[in-house]
Amino acid sequence: MSAREDVLGRIRQALGPDRTTPAEVVRDYRLTDGRPPGDPALLDLLVDRVEDYRATVLRCAPEEIGATVAAALDQGLGAGWATRDVVVAPGLPAEWRPTGSDVDDDRPPVQLAARSAAVTAVAVAIAETGTLVLDGSPACGRRALSLLPDCLVCVVLADQVAGSVPEALARLDPLRPLTMVSGPSATSDIELQRVEGVHGPRTLLVVLVG
Amino acid sequence: MTAVDLGMPGLPTAPRGVGHLRGDEPFPDAARTALRNGQQRANLGHATTTIRNKRARVVAELPDWAQLREAGRALKAATMARLDDHLEELERQVTAHGGTVHWARDANEANEIVTRLVQATGATEVVKVKSMATQEIGLNEALEAAGLDVFETDLAELIVQLGEDKPSHILVPAIHKNRAEIREIFARTIPGVDPGLTDDPRQLAMAARAHLRERFLRARVAVSGANFGVAETGTLCVVESEGNGRMCLTLPDTLITVMGIEKVVPTWRDLEVFLQLLPRSSTGERMNPYTSTWAGVTPGDGPQEFHLVLLDNGRTAVLADEVGREALHCIRCSACLNVCPVYERTGGHAYGSVYPGPIGAILSPQLTGVEDNASLPYASSLCGACYDVCPVAIDIPKILVHLRGEHVEAQTRLTPEAAAFRALSAAMSRPWLWHLTQRASRLGRLLARGKPTLPRVLPPPASGWTRSRDLPTPPTSTFVESWTREHGR
Repeated sequence: MSAREDVLGRIRQALGPDRTTPAEVVRDYRLTDGRPPGDPALLDLLVDRVEDYRATVLRCAPEEIGATVAAALDQGLGAGWATRDVVVAPGLPAEWRPTGSDVDDDRPPVQLAARSAAVTAVAVAIAETGTLVLDGSPACGRRALSLLPDCLVCVVLADQVAGSVPEALARLDPLRPLTMVSGPSATSDIELQRVEGVHGPRTLLVVLVG
Repeated sequence: MTAVDLGMPGLPTAPRGVGHLRGDEPFPDAARTALRNGQQRANLGHATTTIRNKRARVVAELPDWAQLREAGRALKAATMARLDDHLEELERQVTAHGGTVHWARDANEANEIVTRLVQATGATEVVKVKSMATQEIGLNEALEAAGLDVFETDLAELIVQLGEDKPSHILVPAIHKNRAEIREIFARTIPGVDPGLTDDPRQLAMAARAHLRERFLRARVAVSGANFGVAETGTLCVVESEGNGRMCLTLPDTLITVMGIEKVVPTWRDLEVFLQLLPRSSTGERMNPYTSTWAGVTPGDGPQEFHLVLLDNGRTAVLADEVGREALHCIRCSACLNVCPVYERTGGHAYGSVYPGPIGAILSPQLTGVEDNASLPYASSLCGACYDVCPVAIDIPKILVHLRGEHVEAQTRLTPEAAAFRALSAAMSRPWLWHLTQRASRLGRLLARGKPTLPRVLPPPASGWTRSRDLPTPPTSTFVESWTREHGR
């Protein structure tokens, strides 16, 4: 008998011939935050939660995105950064990109490690937990892009900001490779003291539009 | 001692001679050694107090925590009741999206499968994401025996691996080490490390980053565990903090994920519950820094070869026990360790298994059969703090008592405890004998010499009690005598 048949057979034996039918799962927890995506109070909450992870938030109007991305890179890399050291997601709107920045293509992922910063969009943000979700779409880029450069700038549009985890998951496609980012990479492995910045980007900057 | 069948006879438990579910000595002996380690006790006291407070703060933030917890419990119970169907669906979906599913009856089979898959790629190095399942089966040892180099990439796992130590906590395997001890391990074992390295946690984390960076970039094969596997979509989920998980899940050509069969969840939507319960319970954060999900392979993004190894290794034997099966609901958050007064003092090594603390005390004996971990169900004061914090409401004290019962029932020889209770039972069923016994116990006052408790050095079998507990000096009169004196008959 194959291992598959064996394991499934053991499960059936363990549960017995008259296994109990599971009761319907009651979902009486908060399914929505009660505020529509993009509500000003949700944007404030997102800012509070993202900053709590020691990430930086820059807020701007829709027409200021390009300039604010550049300002975020000033903060993350220090003034005088070279535009060729910044790599952007292939689907990032042209007006958001720093002039002269490098557009990610299908180069070997390790080549991204030499770049100092990446700029991407997000698919959804979760206000209550301060989480950004990237879904591998052209505007978010492949997973390696938001991982290897040491500084990550993410642009979040107001209507992408959902209040709660259930609302955010409902807007995502589980067949895409998803990365949920809550602050810069961190560890608490030494005396449970939180240290920001281990293997992932050590600096996270969020440009919040609206 | 004879073998004890937990639940249904015939369902095999985790095999001996492989993996890390059994200790070298019984819990009380290991605990006695651990309690003498003052440095470790100080480290653990500090760490568990910190994490307990953080957890309490972020749990209190959610007005619907109780509802989420009940939903988590109900989801797990419902999943177990249809575990075979969900696993078959998971297999179908992972396969449909370009992955390959393997089934492993036990640790040996899982180790063989993973070794074979790694060898097939021609790679000689493997990078690993921290995973309890691969710890449980001793995968690193199996890969190393096959001549492969294995690199743990989680900071705490790295500390344990470099220090040739054993993990002592589910979430923070090096929780028993303080910064000075970690600095010493890094200075001694990391090639080319800055000799001026201090014990500042930031500097230590940066040393680990530098040490692993190049390995990540050249790795061709990674091995991970999984926190959740979604049956309806074939989506796997890994929850982490440092980004080492993302490195392993994203950069290599081949990804091999080892997942216990109980980690399946029926629907994508179910993650809306667990992704709220898990981070707040484990690291005391609103959300952990990184959560990765993937379904099979995605062209142009991440590993182009994906293998999922579904592991039994005693889980079906646990499932067969109607009371004990709740232990399979565990989402490995480690909140029960952090609140346990026993764990806080003994640390994780005393439990002998990769699953320490309260959850380990019910999971390890069921995975191995209680005869191989017979002391663990007793490694608890049954205070119930573990049940209170469990995000999926596993009634750990109830299962501890259940396992103690199984263990006692299985004894074929008369133990001193059983003899004592038989004698007590005989005395209590005859009033004249009971009164005589009570009056006779007054002789104990002679031993006490006026002190409120009897001396700790009583001869056996009484020493079994007095070695670690106070035995009060018997009173001058019994309750019935006092009552009769004050109120008449």
